[in-house]
Amino acid sequence: MRRFSWFNATSLTFGFAFLYLPMLMLIIYSFNESRLVTVWAGFSTKWYGELMQNEAFLDAAWVTIKVAFWSSTLATILGTMAAYIMVRAGRFRGRGLFSGMIYAPLVMPEVITGLSLLLFFIAVDVNRGILTIVLAHTTFAMCYVSVVVTSRLVSFDNALEEAALDLGCTPFDAFRSVTLPIILPAVISGWLLAFTLSLDDLVIATFTSGPSSTTLPIKIFSAVRLGVTPEINALSTIMILLVTVGVIAASLISRSLAIKAKADERNAQS
Amino acid sequence: MKLRRSFLIAVPYTWLLIFFLVPFGIVLKISFSDIALAIPPYTPTLKDGFWQMLSGLDLENYAFIGAGAVFALFAVVVISIAMFQIVYPRVRRALIPDARYGVFDSAAAALTTLAVALVNVALIVAVLGLLFPALKAFVDIPDFLYFAAYLSSLKIAIISTFLTLLIGYPIAYAMARAAEHWRPTLLMLVILPFWTSFLIRVYAWIGILSTEGYLNQFLLGVGIIGEPLAILNTPIAVYIGIVYTYLPFMVLPIYAALDKMDDSLVEAAEDLGCTALSAFWLVTAPLSKPGVIAGCFLVFIPTLGEFVIPSLLGGSNTVMIGKVLWEEFFNNRDWPVASAVAVILLLILIIPIVLFQRNQQEADQ
Repeated sequence: MRRFSWFNATSLTFGFAFLYLPMLMLIIYSFNESRLVTVWAGFSTKWYGELMQNEAFLDAAWVTIKVAFWSSTLATILGTMAAYIMVRAGRFRGRGLFSGMIYAPLVMPEVITGLSLLLFFIAVDVNRGILTIVLAHTTFAMCYVSVVVTSRLVSFDNALEEAALDLGCTPFDAFRSVTLPIILPAVISGWLLAFTLSLDDLVIATFTSGPSSTTLPIKIFSAVRLGVTPEINALSTIMILLVTVGVIAASLISRSLAIKAKADERNAQS
Repeated sequence: MKLRRSFLIAVPYTWLLIFFLVPFGIVLKISFSDIALAIPPYTPTLKDGFWQMLSGLDLENYAFIGAGAVFALFAVVVISIAMFQIVYPRVRRALIPDARYGVFDSAAAALTTLAVALVNVALIVAVLGLLFPALKAFVDIPDFLYFAAYLSSLKIAIISTFLTLLIGYPIAYAMARAAEHWRPTLLMLVILPFWTSFLIRVYAWIGILSTEGYLNQFLLGVGIIGEPLAILNTPIAVYIGIVYTYLPFMVLPIYAALDKMDDSLVEAAEDLGCTALSAFWLVTAPLSKPGVIAGCFLVFIPTLGEFVIPSLLGGSNTVMIGKVLWEEFFNNRDWPVASAVAVILLLILIIPIVLFQRNQQEADQ
């Protein structure tokens, strides 16, 4: 029996109020008429209009989306490979170092990762720009992807893959037609995670970007340092809403995919 | 087949070697270099041979950032942990050979703890005594800033981890106690902020905490305070920011531990005469310990190197090592010192990371 007391109700109420009120205030005040962000002067959507005319923000947004798309795609490919190696490849030379390199970036402070990558790019004399940010983001995002995919890979039965190989599939075919459909929900959520991590990242992007490749977080950070502005509120609102819709949609899709994969697995086994 | 497997391993392996390991080597190298007014702004010291390099290592940057003192503290912490991880169980086993719980068990355990604590304190004093020259040297270093920054990062990380636990535990507990069909929704509500931009979530607090912000308006309006509180640009704002942004990292592992727990254990304890509070303390709390430890590390480790929160909410009064590294690099353009700060930060982080991995392995078993 689970009891639900007043204490529990109170801590949930206060907990979620604490988590959501700040964002709610941000959203409400993005519709404020006044330039003084803390004084309410009536409803208006003019800051959204101004935002749409702000070339600098639009350019930065475009750079950010390009970076996030390429780095999350690359990270998904590399991260899935890494997870597959960790779970299926057995022993090989340097396995310890490999798993260390997969887990270390997850807890590494961003300032250290950013600094080391910048010094590396300078040492090998690469011009900093979109390419260097993509490389940097791919490196830390692939570790997250591989953790997500690993947890799915260990939970499914290796025998299915072996059966496919026994029935004459090439290893690649077996991966494509048996393994991939089963781990697909994890691969998709890995891609989404990599995408949002790249969208969010300020520190590593600041270290690895060049003068012509400002991303949105860099732009927001330099604007925010000067104080709260209604345009940033409007921009934040758009980003919060996009993420909310995206996460809810993704969780619905991945839930139905997971149910379907479970059913397929059961059908294949029976 | 063999070839394909090697290829599959080689691709991500090489990627990580090039973009993760090699860059650290470069940081290490530059941390031993001299600052120079050039592009790039340092002069390499590693031109000729490994042994020559070792003899001619430039430790100036490390001396400058007070690395000696950091190492002294590092040694003390490692020794204390080793004492409690290795010595304590042995002493305990020696004192209580029988594994069964006897009448004098708690008394013996208390005595053991006291003895170990005394030895431990003696050892710390000894280490500090031995390293006193190093400590003295750091007091004489030209700039106290770096050492103060390590200490203040440590302090902020510890306090905010504790605060996050204090706020996160009741939330996780209530979630685990909620009706079955509510739990996926509650879980989603905790995870959602984690997907929302970190920067935006920190930014949201500027508007709340500033002198003319929403919180002050509210408190003034209600009449609790006579004049606005100055919260923004103080350490309090940093604590609020850290607790707010890292709360999901604390709630999720604790919830996972509590969710797995068998409720009948608490009922059994209560049937046997425990009050609700002591049943919680004797049954629920120990069972949720792995989750609590995991959550604490997940908050503590990234907080130690945090940059965004102290620089947006902390103002110039809050010094944290991530911020110092950033400013050293971007404002002072002293790359060698920034690299040395990074190397020391990494060394400090090794302790909690190793402890965290041990905890995870124990939890898996």
